[in-house]
Amino acid sequence: MNQLEVYLFVALVMFCLGLLGVLQHRSLIAMLISVELMLNAASINFMAFNRFLTPEPAVGQIVTLFIIGTAAAEAAVGLSIILAVFRRYQSIDVEKARELKG
Amino acid sequence: MESLLELIKPLPEIIKPEWVAQAAFYFIVGVTLAGAIFAVFLRQIVHNILGLIVALFGVAGLFVYLNSEFLALMQILIYIGAVCIAIVFAIMLSDPMYKKPPQRRLPQVLLSVLLSLLILGVFLSVITRTPLKAAAERSNDWSVSTIGSLLLTRYALVFELISLVLVVAIIGAIVIAGEGRKQRSAK
Repeated sequence: MNQLEVYLFVALVMFCLGLLGVLQHRSLIAMLISVELMLNAASINFMAFNRFLTPEPAVGQIVTLFIIGTAAAEAAVGLSIILAVFRRYQSIDVEKARELKG
Repeated sequence: MESLLELIKPLPEIIKPEWVAQAAFYFIVGVTLAGAIFAVFLRQIVHNILGLIVALFGVAGLFVYLNSEFLALMQILIYIGAVCIAIVFAIMLSDPMYKKPPQRRLPQVLLSVLLSLLILGVFLSVITRTPLKAAAERSNDWSVSTIGSLLLTRYALVFELISLVLVVAIIGAIVIAGEGRKQRSAK
């Protein structure tokens, strides 16, 4: 239970699942969900290193708080971009928003 | 951790409390990974967001095991209470559930699976090969008051920057979402 490697492995699997979701989904909301998974994997890593390795156990918690704050900002901006894309294309499918492809 | 172990003391002698804690830990890990898998592989967005919520609850449980109840609470409050609910609002923009979800292109899916497996392998070898050593001297001060005083002394600048980022994000969100409305009314 108290093994750093277990936490690192869980975080790695979560990160790769998030990456897979970002790459293969066509809906913008599903991509946003996958990005949240990747951010959470990063914060698990910070917390695990904080618990097992660092000299000061408060620093990793502070970094994780910053990650949570940044993720909230990212969700706000991402959702408003989704709203703008929907207004313009009447859909949130990324395949339909291809005006620049030529 | 100790308080968790005390909670389950009245169990019979045969079942050791450490085993129960261990089983609960692996259960939480399983819940987290299952939620992540639901969030990525299911086709309906409603199911994806439910999977994300399950995964975030699992991560909050992992934070409890990592000695930080405060961050577990923050995780549930901010991620599940705010971010997930905001995403749920945006689900109204997606196609209705009775419509078939769009077909994925096979080469794209294969490429992304390959890339993810590649990154999984690379990082797995990094994790197994790196010798991870704890710092020589470690304080065991996990308290919220230490976090607060560090935030207001050593990390004060970063703290202010985060609030600036949040303000800019809110203003940017309003501008982006308002722009489309103007375009539409101009038509």
